[in-house]
Amino acid sequence: MSGSALKRITREFAEISANPLEGVVIFPIDADMFKWNIELTGPKDSPYEGGRFRLNLTLPETYPFKPPVLSFATKIYHPNVSNDDKGSMCLGILRSDAWKPSCKIVAVLEMARGLLLEPNPEDAVENSIAMEYKNNRANFDRIAREWTRSYAK
Amino acid sequence: MSSDDEDFMSDTLSDDEYDNDSMGMLGETADESEYEEENDQFLEDTKFDKPQKKAYEVDFRALSANDVKSEQDKQINEVSSILGRSSEQCAILLRHFKWQKERLIEIYMDGPEQVLEESGLGQDYNISPRLEKVAGFECGICCDDEPGLDTYSMKCDHRYCASCYRQYLESKIKEEGEAARIQCPSEGCARIVDSKTIKLLVSSDAWYRYEELLNRTYVDDKQNLRWCPAPECEYAVDCPIRQNELHKVVPTVVCNCSHRFCFGCGLHDHQPCPCSLVKKWLKKCEDDSETANWISAHTKECPKCVSTIEKNGGCNHMTCRKCKHEFCWVCMGPWNEHGTSWYNCNRYEEKSGSEARDNQAKSRASLERYLHYYNRYANHDHSAKLDKDLYSKTEKKMTMLQSTSGMSWIEVQYLNQASAVLQECRQTLKWTYAFAFYLERNNNTYIFEDNQKDLEMAVEQLSELFEKPPDQLAQSKKEMMDKTAYVKSRRGILLEDTAVGLKNERWSFTVDV
Repeated sequence: MSGSALKRITREFAEISANPLEGVVIFPIDADMFKWNIELTGPKDSPYEGGRFRLNLTLPETYPFKPPVLSFATKIYHPNVSNDDKGSMCLGILRSDAWKPSCKIVAVLEMARGLLLEPNPEDAVENSIAMEYKNNRANFDRIAREWTRSYAK
Repeated sequence: MSSDDEDFMSDTLSDDEYDNDSMGMLGETADESEYEEENDQFLEDTKFDKPQKKAYEVDFRALSANDVKSEQDKQINEVSSILGRSSEQCAILLRHFKWQKERLIEIYMDGPEQVLEESGLGQDYNISPRLEKVAGFECGICCDDEPGLDTYSMKCDHRYCASCYRQYLESKIKEEGEAARIQCPSEGCARIVDSKTIKLLVSSDAWYRYEELLNRTYVDDKQNLRWCPAPECEYAVDCPIRQNELHKVVPTVVCNCSHRFCFGCGLHDHQPCPCSLVKKWLKKCEDDSETANWISAHTKECPKCVSTIEKNGGCNHMTCRKCKHEFCWVCMGPWNEHGTSWYNCNRYEEKSGSEARDNQAKSRASLERYLHYYNRYANHDHSAKLDKDLYSKTEKKMTMLQSTSGMSWIEVQYLNQASAVLQECRQTLKWTYAFAFYLERNNNTYIFEDNQKDLEMAVEQLSELFEKPPDQLAQSKKEMMDKTAYVKSRRGILLEDTAVGLKNERWSFTVDV
């Protein structure tokens, strides 16, 4: 089945290269079309402003019937990104019960970028960070900015 | 005491008769009419009733996979004839409404369009689904645009190539175990894929799995149904007890596979203890038991903040790490009263010290109380876990007995019965201790504890009989059969009393039920 997956992925890569998203850089792919390297720039007016975040997008062999796997390689203080060496995200269309094969990678990247502007504390992986975000925004912003300065240069 | 005994005697008699029916040595075909006749001579007033149900028994019925299917079909057909829609559509509607038939019909009558829209059926649904070839088509999933490609779409007009549609459906069914709520593959389209479409597109094994899953969701959706939790068992049990009644009744049911479980929570039979107490108790045991014994032996609590403290050095001058309170390990009094006379604490009679020791004793007592119940619970639990051993041992003994005493197979069946009763009673006893732990002390408690004690003694005696070597076992057949009947009746008495108490809310518990 990876033959049809490859065709679809190649198509999507071409589309996204022709119409790049704001604040999203997709690095050229070496050999493996199923592994994309991405860089997000922290949006203006967010505590991530000025940061450059590296992400890994891995496409399953059964793509597009199964959703892509997206993870932060750069450490980030964010309720929807696991605060460990995996930096994994699991919400919205990234979940296999919500993913539809007609969804596209571009939608995943838009969602990721949107989450930098507006985290989703209701669907958090890091509950303590989500609590901080909801109850003590000033402190959340401060730590997020600090982490951005230290890790996302 | 004497009136108690009389009660008990009459109970055993009727119980015996009942037993012979339900545990019939020659199979389960005991004639009901015969039973009723026998009973009628004694119980005039129950002439027209069925055999009287005990307070601790609930109505239930085991359903096979086929029964579950035909029950669904029955309801689908019923709704189909009322609403005048195809059975496929009604199946989707019913599933969407979690099988609340009356609610579906009511809301449908108010406005069919909205109901159809919400449950993923648009209008005009009557045409059979089929594959189509569309000129200039490109599949939005695999990007294939070969001419002559088979394609499919539901009424929502989201068209994909048949092979992608199939792969999507099969991965939902086989890998994610979805059935009744599979949506159109197009993003943002909530239309449910109907069974005709599924049948048209997927392979036969995926179709079989789909049907199986539909059965599952039916049972999951219906409040009066629950799957038997025994591994590999395919039966469901139908029981009218609702979740909001569980503080008043402990609904133990027996599946056709002979697994006894609680309809309320799905755990093993835990009569007489209500589900919520079982949950609390299990949680407590999980948290406490491993460490409780050790804590009891090696620690004391800080007299000020009640943190548990382990003494790990020789000095009796203790400083609580949490609240920084300084105290003497020996007399538990504040350290500053000791002045310079440390190591030899001679201030045992000091008031502050004795108060602290009182508190200590209280907290110790609550721990010891817990351990009292826990140890007995765990003991019966352990014995219950040896059930399998006991059963296989019984089988061996039965064959030995047949060869040594010349008894026939039927004649040794009493051992089998005794073993089954023993297992049941251990299970009950185990849970009486969790029940007792949460029970508020009052007059009712004494009756309960007496019942518990009587059952426990009887169980131990029966258990002892089992330990005899086969040659002696043959001689004690009568004794064992009597004991078995007695133990069984004691269990009935205890369960009856607790069940009636629960129903009438006679028990008061230390926690919310």
